[in-house]
Amino acid sequence: MIDGFIALYIFMLAAFTGYEVIARVPVILHTPLMSGSNFIHGIVLIGAMVALGHAETPLEQLVGFIAVVLGAGNAVGGYVVTERMLEMFKSSGKRGG
Amino acid sequence: MIINLSYFIAAVLFILGLKQMASPVTARRGIIWAGYGMVLATVVTFFHPEVRGFINYLLIILAIGLGGGLAWWSAKRVAMTDMPQMIALYNGMGGGAAAGIGIVALLQAQNMALLIQGIAALGVLIGSVAFSGSLIAFAKLQGIMKKTLRFGGQQWLNLGIFGVTVILGLWVTFSGNDVNHTVLAWFVLLSLVFGVLMTLPIGGADMPVVISLYNALTGLAVGFKGLVLDNPALMIAGVVVGAAGTLLTQLMAKAMNRSLASVLFSGFGDTAAVASTDAGGSMKPIEAADVGVMMAFANKVIVVPGYGMAVAQAQHKVWELCQLLGERDVKVKFAIHPVAGRMPGHMNVLLAEAGVPYDMIYDLDEINQEFETADVALIIGANDVVNPVARTDPSSPIYGMPILNADKAKNVIVVKRGQGAGFSGIENALFFLDQTRMLYGDGQAVASELIQAVKEI
Repeated sequence: MIDGFIALYIFMLAAFTGYEVIARVPVILHTPLMSGSNFIHGIVLIGAMVALGHAETPLEQLVGFIAVVLGAGNAVGGYVVTERMLEMFKSSGKRGG
Repeated sequence: MIINLSYFIAAVLFILGLKQMASPVTARRGIIWAGYGMVLATVVTFFHPEVRGFINYLLIILAIGLGGGLAWWSAKRVAMTDMPQMIALYNGMGGGAAAGIGIVALLQAQNMALLIQGIAALGVLIGSVAFSGSLIAFAKLQGIMKKTLRFGGQQWLNLGIFGVTVILGLWVTFSGNDVNHTVLAWFVLLSLVFGVLMTLPIGGADMPVVISLYNALTGLAVGFKGLVLDNPALMIAGVVVGAAGTLLTQLMAKAMNRSLASVLFSGFGDTAAVASTDAGGSMKPIEAADVGVMMAFANKVIVVPGYGMAVAQAQHKVWELCQLLGERDVKVKFAIHPVAGRMPGHMNVLLAEAGVPYDMIYDLDEINQEFETADVALIIGANDVVNPVARTDPSSPIYGMPILNADKAKNVIVVKRGQGAGFSGIENALFFLDQTRMLYGDGQAVASELIQAVKEI
């Protein structure tokens, strides 16, 4: 069990990290970055896996199952669209000039 | 031990990945690193001590295959123009997953600390709102839902529903070990309804800000779930996204000259204040051949692309045209408004897809003085972002929004399909200026005609 105050510290530091990492991002990357951060909260998948993993009743299994489906969709979809967008940025850079 | 270490590495990879995504040079490496983190975290979770039971393993694999497969299939096929709504969709799924985790946790509640139970309930609320709200945003941008629903007292209704939802949430929080299933079901249902009602009155133009907000909310819900499940990887990744998403939302709102509160509660964004000004004068049409000559003998041409260009799939033709002009020693530059496209940065993605190099694309601040020296400003598919009333008419809803000063160019050519108003429904004074000519037609067809015209000279 994570102690309440430790959790608070983790939240606080993570919030500053997120803020600092994004603070000076150019406008051209807003869309890919939103997509990328969307992918990162796809980590919810592992939470959903644990939730389904210790489900005991059919109702819990059903809700857990839906959660894993949605979480997997978030992670995979988020990755593929972000990668597709950023891939194009690279190719335009090569041809630049 | 190995599991916790893996989660730790995954969290580090996420943060480094996000950091790299903030610069165009390293962005691609960033998403790949984050991807490794995700795969690592997912694989070790199969060995998590709390994951047990043959059936449950089977269900997990089936669910990952189903959700991941469908998402893979749809994400590979989606056109670049439709990117914003796909992001909304995947984001909604994340919110739904977070809500699901919370529901399971509450169903199993055994001697849960009051604080944790409250956070679990809060996570269900936020996750559900992000889920249903994102689906509405998706439906609106996809064009499935065209109407913007507004009625008197709407905000009071929303407030009422929100109040009842919060009371049910408190009930769930204080239920201890036996959470009443009916109360929980109503709590989830009303959270979903609130997400729908909150999103319905928001117009299409404001949608990107809303999607970004839901993105931040999902991150926050995921972070809360990390606390409930005792999983620091979820906490860190979720809260990092929550904070980054909040900042990104503010940046976007600022780029669109809208405050977050006005996006959420005022309800401008598509139909408000139609025809506030009668612009005076008339729209003067022109032929493609004349435009071709005008551009071929110009010194400097600035292209202002908008979402309409992307819808017509004209960006490849436009780039071809610009290359032709470049061969004739015409200086060509692209001017991108921060909100060109459906989302800040969306237009850059679309131009990159067509192969336009970076160094020809300029931001609003970089290029605005240059319009005065430009011979031709070619507006293709853009509308509100070049509307001079944003500078001149305080009664206009877009007054104060930074715009591209295309009206300062010696000649302005507007490529447009018809005479209708823009995305926001506001009449564009630029179209009625003396130096403006209207070139009617589908973006792609017009670009082809222009290429032909330049070639024939």
